[in-house]
Amino acid sequence: MLDYLVSLSVFAGLYGLLALGLNLVWGLGGMVNLGLAGLFAIGAYASALAELRLHLALPAAAIFAALLAAGAGALLAAVTARLKGDYLAIVTLGFAEVIQLLAANEIWLTNGTDGLPAIPAPGRGRLSSFHFDIASTSVVWLAVILVSLLLWRLSQAPYGRVLRAIREDETVAAVAGKRVLAFKVSAFAAGSAVMGLAGSLYAAYTGYVAPDSFDVLVTLLVVLALTAGGLGSMAGAVLGAILVVVLTEGTRFLGGLLPGLSALQVASLRQGMIGVFLLLLLRFRPEGILPERMRRHHLED
Amino acid sequence: MAEPLLSVRALARRFYGVQALAGTDFDVAAGTITALIGPNGAGKTTAFQCISGVVPPEGGRVLFAGAEITGWPAERISRAGLVRTFQVARGIPRLSVLENLLLYAPDQPGERMWAALIGAGRRAERRARERAVAIARRLDLLSLANQPAGALSGGQKKLLEIGRALMAEPRLVLLDEPIAGVNPALAERIASHLESLKNEGLTFLVIEHHMDMIARLCDPVIVMAGGRTLMIGSFAEVAADSAVQEAYLGRHN
Repeated sequence: MLDYLVSLSVFAGLYGLLALGLNLVWGLGGMVNLGLAGLFAIGAYASALAELRLHLALPAAAIFAALLAAGAGALLAAVTARLKGDYLAIVTLGFAEVIQLLAANEIWLTNGTDGLPAIPAPGRGRLSSFHFDIASTSVVWLAVILVSLLLWRLSQAPYGRVLRAIREDETVAAVAGKRVLAFKVSAFAAGSAVMGLAGSLYAAYTGYVAPDSFDVLVTLLVVLALTAGGLGSMAGAVLGAILVVVLTEGTRFLGGLLPGLSALQVASLRQGMIGVFLLLLLRFRPEGILPERMRRHHLED
Repeated sequence: MAEPLLSVRALARRFYGVQALAGTDFDVAAGTITALIGPNGAGKTTAFQCISGVVPPEGGRVLFAGAEITGWPAERISRAGLVRTFQVARGIPRLSVLENLLLYAPDQPGERMWAALIGAGRRAERRARERAVAIARRLDLLSLANQPAGALSGGQKKLLEIGRALMAEPRLVLLDEPIAGVNPALAERIASHLESLKNEGLTFLVIEHHMDMIARLCDPVIVMAGGRTLMIGSFAEVAADSAVQEAYLGRHN
């Protein structure tokens, strides 16, 4: 049971990283990025291939993964600069699909739908699986804390102010003298780097990547995490990620509490419960659990 | 006579079938509050859109402080010292009044990602905040400094529009209906703010329908109709002109 909880906390941390990356792009910058799974996949594959083919150590592979994802994110942002709202959502969703299809079909590089097995991680094999999980969760949560602090700094700096302004009114931001495109591209790239880092840690932790790990469900769960936690709030993003993992996994134990239901019925009930929870949350707290707070200035007089 | 601060020549812009600007010409001299008036659909707001770079013009030229700025993107024009406000006040609703002012501060190192990450640019931010506080105080917005802009009244939003433009350290401000829909007492205050800013050397080009205010504040007055400049003169000259009366009241034979 404890093993299971530790393993869950690794996944909660990975979701937390994804939600933080999305929060910079969507929460602050207002760009609905549903290409998250694609950037996560780029990070995972880049890191796995860097380890397997280039024999890089995990930290170097993680940096490589983050940079590659940042490059892909910057390109995506530059191409979609004029799109907003639903249109941007569709195009970024398509981007994620393309990445998944590439992973499934470019067999020479990705080994296709069989996936890439035996991705090395420091300590695997040497440590017991329980200790490996403890080490993994420590590394992942250290990354979550570090990324939260950095992104929080960005959000409190003049940089974050401009992003929020762009989120609400691009024309006003331009009239205020800000280069809107440069801000959009840099925020998208930085958010994508965080997603790429999450992918790298995911690949190292599970030791195996395959295209079906990067379907649209990952994106949806992270979007839910961010919406539930509070769009625009870094603490909210992390809390929302924990909540989503608790909800999706915690409901697994319902079966024992509800006798007389088949496994299939319990599974359907779980999905329904997650839906009901989110409906209630959005009905009674549409701004999320820890909503974005307006920055107040202390005035000397 | 000194070279005008702003020169608009043969400015043209069409929206689908509608010729919103059909070759407008006018100048704005430094140190004036120049009015831009005309009946609805005359092309006043389109002229602002094209001059400020929010909408690119399809023809003609815009010269500002000796430089050709035609077709420049909006942020470059603002940085050059020509800042416009919006007819429907567009404060960023979820930023505080002070943050809205700070948004318009020029040359903020903390707006670069790397600088923001290492916490650079604090001194520039502090200086900008001092200026923002001074502007808020001047415009009687200081007590609202930490309120979200979305919570302001209509008149306060108009004041914030002016305050934001001032934050950008402009030479010329284009004001799109700064007192429309504002109660008379506040309109009076906005007018006296504009007057004292003019006396400090700022230049304004103002779209407004409030004729009392134009008569009191603005000289000269530019009249537009049908996407063209109809006439330029003092308020008295303009008001006495039969072509202007016709444009406003309709043709009568």
